[in-house]
Amino acid sequence: METSPLVPDILFSLGPVAISRAVVTTWVLMAVITGLAVVAMRAAGVRAGRMQAVAEILVDTIASQIKEIIGREPWPFIPLLGTLFIFIASANLAAVFPGGTPPTGHIETPAALAIIVFFSVHFYGIRARGLGRYLRRYAEPSVFLIPLNILSELTRTFSLMIRLFGNMMSHEFVIAIVLFLAGLFLPIPFLLLGILIGLVQAYIFTVLAAVYIGAAVGSIET
Amino acid sequence: MTIQIISVIGAVIAVSFGAIFPAYSEGRSIAAAMEAIARQPEAAGTLSRTLFVGLAMIETMAIYCLVIALLLLYANPFVH
Repeated sequence: METSPLVPDILFSLGPVAISRAVVTTWVLMAVITGLAVVAMRAAGVRAGRMQAVAEILVDTIASQIKEIIGREPWPFIPLLGTLFIFIASANLAAVFPGGTPPTGHIETPAALAIIVFFSVHFYGIRARGLGRYLRRYAEPSVFLIPLNILSELTRTFSLMIRLFGNMMSHEFVIAIVLFLAGLFLPIPFLLLGILIGLVQAYIFTVLAAVYIGAAVGSIET
Repeated sequence: MTIQIISVIGAVIAVSFGAIFPAYSEGRSIAAAMEAIARQPEAAGTLSRTLFVGLAMIETMAIYCLVIALLLLYANPFVH
């Protein structure tokens, strides 16, 4: 309980670069997800095997949800948004495995994800509309609103980061406090609640990223 | 009172008042969404997705208060 959630716990350092526990967990997750994807699609065919069917159901569900949100063909956005959802969901569920701590419970990982979303919004927007028409969006109701529009870009990225970080970190804190107060078995319902919170947060992060991208490419209004 | 005690009191006030009003408004938005779903069950998908996004927006306010409390407790600029 004495450790601050704002300070990363350093495991070891590679030369001048300190490697924290969140980074190691992220590496393990990346390896596991990539390995599962490679194994599932190794013998991909029209007659799907068991793992290929699971992967197809997952991707199809994500694609249909994003199509409803963005309101246009979802496949250009699936590589980003699907990966975001799968990565954040598995990162939030890392606490289920003994010894695992969710890397999203430290501020670096949500910050990195929010910065990725920030830049990809502009990338997709410029690619869909062209630079001039995309920039004109900032002066849309009136020229005087340009500072507010730019400010809202920054604050919504910040709140995207803080939302994921705050939820995961506060849940970790609650479990630590309950464990400190009540011993061994009482935290188990809170761990179950943590599964729900983790999935909901992954869903919300992905939906918000999709809404921002949808507003930037211009089929829905913000 | 030392600055530590004042920081703890400030954190408590931030978290408690930052929990009351988001909880109240989340309850109101869920009630409104349930009413709408009861009236139009075929729109449940759109409604619940909008509800989730709105709840996330409201909850952000509570989490800002939590971050303020954590800054007071762990990264207080007035305690050296």
